[in-house]
Amino acid sequence: MIVRRGDGVLVQGITGKQATFWSEKMVACGSRIMAGSSPGKAGREVNGIPVYGSAAEAAREHALEVSVLFTPPLATKAAVLDALGAGIKTIVVLAEHIPVHDVMTFLAEARDAGAQVIGPNTAGLVTPGETSIGIMPGHARNIFVPGRIGVISRSGSLGTLIALNVVRAGRGQSAFIGLGGDPIVGTTTLEALHALNADERTDAVIVVGELGGEMEEQAAEFIATMRKPVIAFIAGRTAPPGRRMGHAGAIVHGDRGSGESKVRALQAAGAHVLDTPSGVGAALEAALAS
Amino acid sequence: MLVPEHLGKDVLRRAGLAVPQGALASSPEEAARSAAELGGRVVLKALIPAGKRGKSGGILFADTPSQARAAAAQLIGKTIGGHHVGRLLVERAVPIERELYCAILNDPASASPLVLFSNEGGMDIEELNARAPEKIARHSVDIRHGLERAAAHELCGDDRIADVLVRLYEQFIALDCELLEINPLAMDTAGNPYLLDCKMNIDDSARPRQADFFALVERDAGPDGTALEQRARELGLYYIELEGDVGILANGAGLTMTTIDAVAHNGGNPANFLEIGGEAYTKATVALELMLSNPRVKSVLVNFCGAFARTDVMAEGVVAAYETLKPEIPFSFSIHGTGEERAIALVRERLGIEPHDVMDDAVRAAIAAARRAPEAAKT
Repeated sequence: MIVRRGDGVLVQGITGKQATFWSEKMVACGSRIMAGSSPGKAGREVNGIPVYGSAAEAAREHALEVSVLFTPPLATKAAVLDALGAGIKTIVVLAEHIPVHDVMTFLAEARDAGAQVIGPNTAGLVTPGETSIGIMPGHARNIFVPGRIGVISRSGSLGTLIALNVVRAGRGQSAFIGLGGDPIVGTTTLEALHALNADERTDAVIVVGELGGEMEEQAAEFIATMRKPVIAFIAGRTAPPGRRMGHAGAIVHGDRGSGESKVRALQAAGAHVLDTPSGVGAALEAALAS
Repeated sequence: MLVPEHLGKDVLRRAGLAVPQGALASSPEEAARSAAELGGRVVLKALIPAGKRGKSGGILFADTPSQARAAAAQLIGKTIGGHHVGRLLVERAVPIERELYCAILNDPASASPLVLFSNEGGMDIEELNARAPEKIARHSVDIRHGLERAAAHELCGDDRIADVLVRLYEQFIALDCELLEINPLAMDTAGNPYLLDCKMNIDDSARPRQADFFALVERDAGPDGTALEQRARELGLYYIELEGDVGILANGAGLTMTTIDAVAHNGGNPANFLEIGGEAYTKATVALELMLSNPRVKSVLVNFCGAFARTDVMAEGVVAAYETLKPEIPFSFSIHGTGEERAIALVRERLGIEPHDVMDDAVRAAIAAARRAPEAAKT
């Protein structure tokens, strides 16, 4: 899930307005966009990128490592299955409001295919100086510069603010991994931590979480074993508890999922939990001084 | 969206599941009439979107229509679990021998539907889970294959209950449920299972393909939330009214929650959650108009950090609303990310306001402005 300059990229749904806008930005960040796809639009070009009718057709002509999907929510399941069928192993799903049953279906298929789905409802992946895949401002020099801090974020907007504060602290990022804000996502905090822990270009990791789900709690055990410092920020600490999912929600999740539950778990694991995103710089100085 | 009990039960009854006959009643007279039509012993249940109804006195039994009238008079108009009781569900009472528990929900950890079943259902299921979690059996379903009968049987060890689980699972899928919980699933003295309760949540993201069911639920349950929250929904905005005086406009749920946290952390009181992230980032004008129509708002904090959402487009929207409404309350801005140069220039030139470079400074300025507001009003 750490993307590289050489990765061949497919943009699914490329003929849409946002995809056209963002594919140009991605190319400006160094992305090697080889092809686009859009059902019924084969033979066209978008920003000079050839368009195919499907991922499968595109894969016959190009070597593709990553696909990024700008498809509408209800068309996304079919598009992910298309990408999996084309043999693509990293699939970045941007759409918000995909029915959860669709998400569970394509995640099951991805598991069987040995592919990594990022998202849904992710802002994407950025490796500053190399490539940007999705809808993050990878081109903005005040937000993303090459460096040695890994950032994992469920939120695009808040992840952007954290990335900005990394740069303001005089540092840069080795990778930004957007997990997505949906309740069920293909890549968890724990998996992203494993990737950054193993990455030789990463010295410290910032985990940007928010209330809901249990991904941060589940990552805590691993954080306790990591040598690299982990800094965390959790959004929604003052939010009132959300709607109860019957007794079943309480049986499955217990009291996990609140902002405070995540803060407690992360602190107990030795992570430095920030009170405000503006605290990133001081926390990095303290963590990397030792 | 939460489906009211009687609508969930209607769907399950049509799917061939054993749900007791019942009718709605909004008055003691209607309750008495329904009890007479159903015949025999009936149960009267307060129709409120809250759990623990049994424990909080929201469920009463009656053997005759006149008892049903009295029980209804006792329930209607009462407040249970913070909800006003306007309607009752009157159902034929089933002679229960034992109470079981079953639920199906979307489970993030396994990214699949999870079926829960216990032979010890009823009011104390969470307590059972705390005391003896092994008594609640769990089974993750591969959503591509569905709940197989053999797996259902293994969960509950009973043919008739396995049938119920398989049919419930089919409805869980057919209706795009997030949760379908039956507590209790009751067995009568002859060993027949009955669905005595139904808690159903359907996935809001599935609205386009479940449009009829959503419309049915919304017609029945009436609008949810405050007047401003209803208006926001019509405009396609996500707005939650809070008690405080600092109006908050941000993009993206994560940044909006962070902004609210920062206001609270610095001793201020947020007036609302209002985000215009994702595709809604072009709606800043209507969003700001909506927020300012809350009379409690004494200052406004605008916090944008653009990724997909372009801050220049959002700032244009804010400037347009500001110039139309000419609000007399102070604004603080923090703007970063996609489009920030143009966004900052717009705010500076058109509104004469200098955006703060650090988010926390904008937060503190907004709180201070809200605190000053009452003094200004007195003079």
